[in-house]
Amino acid sequence: MTASDPLADIRASFFVECEELLEALQDGLYALEHGTGDGETIHVVFRAVHSIKGGAGAFGLEHLVQFTHQYETALDAVRSDRLAVTPDLLKLFFRAADHLSDIIRSAREEQPFATSISAPLLSELTARVSLEANQEAAEDIDFAPIAVNLDFSEDPLSAKGAQLNHFQISFTPEPELFDTGNDVPHIFAALADLGELDVQCDTSRLPTLHQLAPEAVYLSWSLSLATVVEEAEIASIFEFVEGLCELDISLRVTSDANALGSEPVTSDAMTPSTEPVDAEPQSNPQQSHRDTRQQTVVRVDIERVERLVNLVGELVINQAMLSQSMQSAGISPHSEAMNGLEEFQRLTRDIQDSVMMIRAQPVKSLFQRMSRIVRETSASVSKDVRLITDGETTEVDKTVIERLADPLTHMIRNAVDHGIETPATRLAHGKPEQGEVRLSASHRSGRVVIDVSDDGGGIDRDRVLRTAKDKGLVPPDANLADTEIDNLLFMPGFSTASNLSDLSGRGVGMDVVRTAIHALGGRITINSEPRQGTSFSISLPLTLAVLDGMVVDVSGETLVVPLNVVSETLTLTENNIEMVSPGHWVVRNRNGFLPLLDLSAVLGYRAERADFTDRIALLLTLEDDVGVALVVDEIHDQRQVVIKGLDDSFYRAPGIAAATILGDGQIALILDPADIVAHACSLGAHPPAHHRMEA
Amino acid sequence: MSLEILAVDDSRTMRDMIRLALEPVGFTVHTADDGVHGTEVLEDIDPDVIITDINMPRMDGFGFIDAVRDGNRHRTTPILVLTTEAAPEMKMRARSAGATGWIVKPFDPTKLVKALQMVAG
Repeated sequence: MTASDPLADIRASFFVECEELLEALQDGLYALEHGTGDGETIHVVFRAVHSIKGGAGAFGLEHLVQFTHQYETALDAVRSDRLAVTPDLLKLFFRAADHLSDIIRSAREEQPFATSISAPLLSELTARVSLEANQEAAEDIDFAPIAVNLDFSEDPLSAKGAQLNHFQISFTPEPELFDTGNDVPHIFAALADLGELDVQCDTSRLPTLHQLAPEAVYLSWSLSLATVVEEAEIASIFEFVEGLCELDISLRVTSDANALGSEPVTSDAMTPSTEPVDAEPQSNPQQSHRDTRQQTVVRVDIERVERLVNLVGELVINQAMLSQSMQSAGISPHSEAMNGLEEFQRLTRDIQDSVMMIRAQPVKSLFQRMSRIVRETSASVSKDVRLITDGETTEVDKTVIERLADPLTHMIRNAVDHGIETPATRLAHGKPEQGEVRLSASHRSGRVVIDVSDDGGGIDRDRVLRTAKDKGLVPPDANLADTEIDNLLFMPGFSTASNLSDLSGRGVGMDVVRTAIHALGGRITINSEPRQGTSFSISLPLTLAVLDGMVVDVSGETLVVPLNVVSETLTLTENNIEMVSPGHWVVRNRNGFLPLLDLSAVLGYRAERADFTDRIALLLTLEDDVGVALVVDEIHDQRQVVIKGLDDSFYRAPGIAAATILGDGQIALILDPADIVAHACSLGAHPPAHHRMEA
Repeated sequence: MSLEILAVDDSRTMRDMIRLALEPVGFTVHTADDGVHGTEVLEDIDPDVIITDINMPRMDGFGFIDAVRDGNRHRTTPILVLTTEAAPEMKMRARSAGATGWIVKPFDPTKLVKALQMVAG
């Protein structure tokens, strides 16, 4: 990206600003809705729409100008107390805000947007304003967008062959003219740019010096101007001083433009500066220096941040290598060099954390999108649902936020569509008619936890179990605990939709949500109480750039297993393993039996061994409580590793997610445990068992 | 002629547009986010012309013009108001607050430069 087209850059920055303004708009409307705003709130809301209109005009975005104009007019009516804020009106404003964000999105992506879509909202907005019989309603939009033209080649005299007009101008300024910062010589200079100007100053009213009041005006001028321009253009020069002076412009004669310059130019009158002389030196009225500056923000290209993240990653790796080589060189751990290195490591870790924070963003924008989802979903299923958000300032890596939008949208839709009961049912159960969906974010032990909960009817476990049995997802005679039934929702191929509503249905099940969360290195759990509601809890890593991993050794290869799936480690003994069929082993733990996979064999390093006694196994708990035990040769340690993506030029090996560089400079592959299991299944090993099911 | 300009507008897009219109013709452009910020910036610079928006948080354009005119240093500094409202009463209000002139948004860069040159002399 080079600084090619400045206008394109500003356009891009305009859309970024639009996002911020939309956020301010949403915030303001929310505050108005909940009565938490103050007198300034409506002005903030108005300004947001107003600023969008201003920018839209500059870029010739006609549709956007039109919509914002009408929206702004309605907001202005509220602002000037001509229109009262009612819940109904706020709903309209919210819908208008949603619609506005749609128009902006289509404008940004240069997608066509049918103006007819806006028509119903526009007429609703207009109706509100014209209700209070405002003459403005009839007023046309006098705000026509002018696409900016950055061409500065205009010379009035270059118009060839035009008629030369001779104007006579008489001009007497009033004192007020100077109060507005206008000045006579400037006006004359502008006139002189239009053609040949002759200036005569009338000094007859000038008193003697001792009678002269410094700020009074005694002078008047008569000017003659020979120019090709029309009278209107001359008048436009006086536009700013209209009403602040006595002015008369009259056309004397018209001659051929070629005669220009043949007339004698008499410029015998000075144009003295009539700027008011500064009065007595007053004490400088000190501006109240309120330090209310908002947070200073620097906008940085995300690529630069990525680069920094990568470099810090390299630094961490390099340092680990240095530390290792110092140890192997036999330097005492108590030596000054080692102490220094320790300090250095601490600093590096701090730098790494700080760099990660650059990418962090509050989840607020994401939550705001969800409030729209709630509005739209609840409207389409005729339920009254409000979204309560908490912890909007919680910061999460930008990439995580972006990739969280889809799963979260789906969960919110589910909560409104399936979670919250119909108003009638709610009333029958003694609940308020309005349902509640809560969305909260918080930091918990180095991870981000996002909770989505509703106060609906809870999961209908009988129906879920029946559906699962019908679909053959569980044996017909299965006897499952409540949490096991709840977890069936995450199974691929499960869909509760017996009557597929057009919303949460869409063929996407909770398994897709789980997969998306899993891909982010996260976990999702479910908790439901009949009649109380259902809550989902998503736990995510703070960043995608580093990973807490367990470094293991398999057939001489060093591998990293994501720590979030490792539930425990175990030494296999004759007592806790069993062969269920040739080549198929299980390991017993507290919860029952888990299939045993020889990681080395699954990855194809060597054939499966015949005996697992005294081997080490990692017990993994994958999403939806699938459990599996991986046999490894050795466990080195647990550490944070910097994730290095494997680009497309590498063979996409099954079970491998990414790579990292360890302290000794060695490259280690990072495993994708779910993929390992899937791959093992395809190789004919035992399918993984449900953790808590008795084998 | 190169001029030093202070542009006060709460919209980053507008500030950028003003910059884009004026810097290529050799003007020096300072910006401020609102009226309060504007008065702070004015303590350190001495612009030839001030451009200000009307609708702004903390201190609006009228308040800002008042503040500038009340002080001594910039009493005669020309101030152009950027307004989306071309209504005569808007102009009159701007003028009675002490504005030198007005530019209707969205502005035409050529006209803006001309207006600036004219009021700055």
